[in-house]
Amino acid sequence: MAGNRDRRFCSSWIPRGVLLLLWAGWVRCFAADPGGGTSIFNPASTPAAATRDLAYFVLGITGAIFLVVGSLLAYVIFRFRQRSQDNIAEPPQVYGSNQVELAWTVIPVLIVVVLFLATARMIFAIQDAPKPQSALDITVVGHQFWWEFRYPKFGFVTANELHVPTSNPTDPTPTYLTLLSADVDHSFWVPRLSGKTDLIPNHPNSLWIDPGTPGVYLGQCAQFCGTQHAKMLLRVYVQSPADFEAWAHAQQQAAANSASVAEGRKVFETQACINCHTVKGTVATGRFGPDLTHLMSRDTLASGAALNTPENLRAWIKNPDDFKPGSLMPAMKLSDQQLDQLTAYLATLR
Amino acid sequence: MADSSIPIGGSLDVTSHGRSTPTAIEWLHEWVVTVDHKKLGILYVVYAIFFLLVGGVEALLIRLQLAAPHNHFISPQTFNRLFTMHGTTMVFLVGMPFVFGFANYLVPLMVGARDMAFPRLNAFSFWMTAFGGLLLYYSFIGGSGLYGMGSAPDVGWWAYAPLTLRAFTPGHSTDYWALSLIVSGFGTVGAAVNIIATSLSMRCKGMTLLKMPLFVWLNLVVAGMVLVTITPLTAAQVMLVIDRYLGGHFFDTQAGGSAVVWMHFFWIFGHPEVYVLVLPAFAIANEIVPVFSRKAIFGYPAMVAASVGIAFISMTVWAHHMFTVGMTSFGNAFFTLSTMLVGIPTGIKIFNWLATMWGGKIRFATPMLFCTAFLIQFLVAGLTGIMLSAAPWNWQLHNSYFVIAHFHYVLVGAIVFCIFAGIYYWYPKVTGRLLNETLGKWHFWLFAIGFHVTFDFMHIPGLMGMPRSIYTYEPGRGWETWNLIVSIGGAIQGIATLIFAFNLFWSYFRGKRAGNDPWDAWTLEWSTSSPPPAYNFPVEPEVLSRRPLWDLKHPDDPDWRYE
Amino acid sequence: MSSVPLVATSAQKPWVLPSRGRVAMFCVIIAESAIFTIFVVAYVYYIGKSLYGPTPQKVLDVPIFNTVCLLSSSLTIWLAEHAIEKGKIVRFTLWWALTMTLGAIFLIGTGLEWRRLIEREGLTISTNLFGTTFYSLVGLHASHVIVGLTGLLIILIFAVTGHVKQQHAERIQVFALYWHFVDAVWVVVFTVVYIIGR
Repeated sequence: MAGNRDRRFCSSWIPRGVLLLLWAGWVRCFAADPGGGTSIFNPASTPAAATRDLAYFVLGITGAIFLVVGSLLAYVIFRFRQRSQDNIAEPPQVYGSNQVELAWTVIPVLIVVVLFLATARMIFAIQDAPKPQSALDITVVGHQFWWEFRYPKFGFVTANELHVPTSNPTDPTPTYLTLLSADVDHSFWVPRLSGKTDLIPNHPNSLWIDPGTPGVYLGQCAQFCGTQHAKMLLRVYVQSPADFEAWAHAQQQAAANSASVAEGRKVFETQACINCHTVKGTVATGRFGPDLTHLMSRDTLASGAALNTPENLRAWIKNPDDFKPGSLMPAMKLSDQQLDQLTAYLATLR
Repeated sequence: MADSSIPIGGSLDVTSHGRSTPTAIEWLHEWVVTVDHKKLGILYVVYAIFFLLVGGVEALLIRLQLAAPHNHFISPQTFNRLFTMHGTTMVFLVGMPFVFGFANYLVPLMVGARDMAFPRLNAFSFWMTAFGGLLLYYSFIGGSGLYGMGSAPDVGWWAYAPLTLRAFTPGHSTDYWALSLIVSGFGTVGAAVNIIATSLSMRCKGMTLLKMPLFVWLNLVVAGMVLVTITPLTAAQVMLVIDRYLGGHFFDTQAGGSAVVWMHFFWIFGHPEVYVLVLPAFAIANEIVPVFSRKAIFGYPAMVAASVGIAFISMTVWAHHMFTVGMTSFGNAFFTLSTMLVGIPTGIKIFNWLATMWGGKIRFATPMLFCTAFLIQFLVAGLTGIMLSAAPWNWQLHNSYFVIAHFHYVLVGAIVFCIFAGIYYWYPKVTGRLLNETLGKWHFWLFAIGFHVTFDFMHIPGLMGMPRSIYTYEPGRGWETWNLIVSIGGAIQGIATLIFAFNLFWSYFRGKRAGNDPWDAWTLEWSTSSPPPAYNFPVEPEVLSRRPLWDLKHPDDPDWRYE
Repeated sequence: MSSVPLVATSAQKPWVLPSRGRVAMFCVIIAESAIFTIFVVAYVYYIGKSLYGPTPQKVLDVPIFNTVCLLSSSLTIWLAEHAIEKGKIVRFTLWWALTMTLGAIFLIGTGLEWRRLIEREGLTISTNLFGTTFYSLVGLHASHVIVGLTGLLIILIFAVTGHVKQQHAERIQVFALYWHFVDAVWVVVFTVVYIIGR
């Protein structure tokens, strides 16, 4: 049956080379990402790792199916194409075969059973995992287009940059996030830490992570929530327990109150800023926008839209639409002097 | 051949009265008042091709914006309108009209009938669909005019609540979305009623249900699905309009309403809808693969059973679009199972097509090229679907570019490829001329290459954490190169589509004359002239098997001996 | 291959297919049932979930009389169908008019109930979840009653002017299917709203 054509396809160096290329490409794309990547194949936390293991399993099975069926199709295309124009007799007509139909029904059913059992086990393992006593609870509230993080145990509120402690497999201290929304649907997705879970108003959800390695993990909102959905970015800072305690302690303090920026503070408190923002220890108790008590302790502004530098801060306050057109913070139409004073004041809020 | 016109005393009589060349007004009038299923079928398909080009332009604009990170080609507001309109257009103004266009033209011919069961309902359904589309596109200039693309919908084609409530989307973009789809929904249900009534009540003598061509079977199943699929969307959209204009609280979370209820209702429509779109693609493949393999379809009863099975199971899988909303683990497990189960009858169909080609003498004319590519691509699409059905993996892949790659693999790789195949196959019957084969091959290869460049590589940013519906993305996450490649593939597909459009036009005037049966096929439509006369058949046909023309061409070896 | 009339000799069994009018009406009924199902599901899901405002227990009176009228109209329309099958046009017209009257009574009764709910109890479609789901579901049904009454009226006019004959029995039956459907939906709506929901 096989002619020279088939022999060439079966020769071993082509498939080996292809496999090598695929593996190298795979590693380059997904698995070798030391700093700040977002690949789901580079997990840093148990839910993400479990998902990756399931993914490999499913990929293996579906890959095998693809190879088998694909090869059959390739064979059919080559073997049964009409070769000469003169032989126009119709081929033998085959109308069906019950045994064959049964065979290729039963085999897929078995594959589905195997796949389903493996998957179901994983669903229950991740979703219904018992919550240890030492878990840290954080409440996440989604807003258009920023993240509010409330730490009930410590009594402070921060925004956009989530700090969590590492978790040791022998003595786990996972972080449990309760997911709420103040307006529309959002979704919390930091691929290296966990699959995503939605933040739906009037429908609290929950998500847990237990990262073991300190570092910054990136993500962003994954449910279309309006104009600036694309810039509702996430930064998760995983810190050693000592560093985390230090950070939390600093966040618990009331806002810095330096006399040198008194004019700026006055601008802040007499313009409409206090309607939306909170600065702990002052009259500003607004909750529509992010808590600014420790604004300068963050690396970015506007949920990742810009780096947190005094220049960017000034420009942001002057016209938020320059960074994030459609964000819900209005341009306050301040004079240059007011902007300078205000920026100077905010720059002291470490 | 003018349709009859009521001679109202004193009014302008624009029928052509048998004169050989109608004037422009007479020609236009004929097309506007027609109730002939063939003309309506052509109207649907022309409408769909037009919006395919429009939706394609929307896609190219999207890809231009995403070709580089932090690009400033389009504003975020415009981008959000573009992807909403692209999705809505492609599903409702391209996919559905193609489905009903093909069904309208071919079902009566294939069952040996003179027209659809309800010709006037047929015309009404087309015009409702058409007006719905016009209302949707009027949104670009309605409201604040063309600035920033006017009031075009910008809430995603899935229009999740509560984003669509007036508190969060003031202006009329959501209203255009809801109202235009309610209007075209009436047309869709009307067409479905017609297809069912025609298939059940208008078959020619001898054509029992199990002797109908598979094309008719699949369209019958699709029409049945439409009755219970489109209507939930209409209901949900009416609820949305009540919320927006009568102060209702269906999806008003501040008053205790539920955003999740919208999701359930939308996906109870949305998932079966994709099967409504893909089953007609199977219908086309079911006709083309046997003819070009020179063999009867393998396992006709199994194909019927699998199609019906897909229809029923597909009604039970909808919440696999909602794995991340916080359903219980039992809920997630159930929908994982049902989704994996729907892959079984689908796989059976692929195997049956393979078995049909096995032992055949395959002619790779353009229709078969497209169908062969469809087989490979649909296999891949089904497998990425299985990947997405595993709920924990879905928690990573949901709303990422992996999902977009998957569903475009089905929508373009399976459905559009089969539609192209069907157009190349039946264009000679409709117009009397064959499409140019050289241009056809250029179209095929360029489109296939562009398709794979775009949608193969699109899976990768998804696996690397890139979500969908974003007008720009951060550099340094490794997404840039892949996005650029994806965009280039889009341009290649655009060029291929232009070649196709040119071929349609050129071949109408200069194509080779086709005759009744250019492909040596076996179903009833190939027994008429090309194009068929207005009355389709001079005498009602009588059939003895599934392939009446095979019986005629092979009187020594007819099918009815073996069926 | 030229256009060949495809007539083959076959067994002389009569070739009978279902009537297209009946098939179409069943399809319409299935589609409408799907719409009603969605509204019923919404109603049931939101039972007890209103955060404030009037509750079903407080403001709903069970519309026994209206229901009896509407369900009886199914009986009268069936009697009308019987009459026209036998060619008894006058009897048909009388039963048909009675059907219409009963349907109209139901509709007026619904209107009166709504007036009481809006003016005296302060329940509107925007009051709370109960108001939204109640008016939507009952209103959707009422709109189908209106469509049915319109059809009944048109046929009544045809009957009274002598245009309805015995050979139209099949068409009358197809229309009657719609009316029976409207009544069946009311059974479901009544059960969900006035029995389960209270």
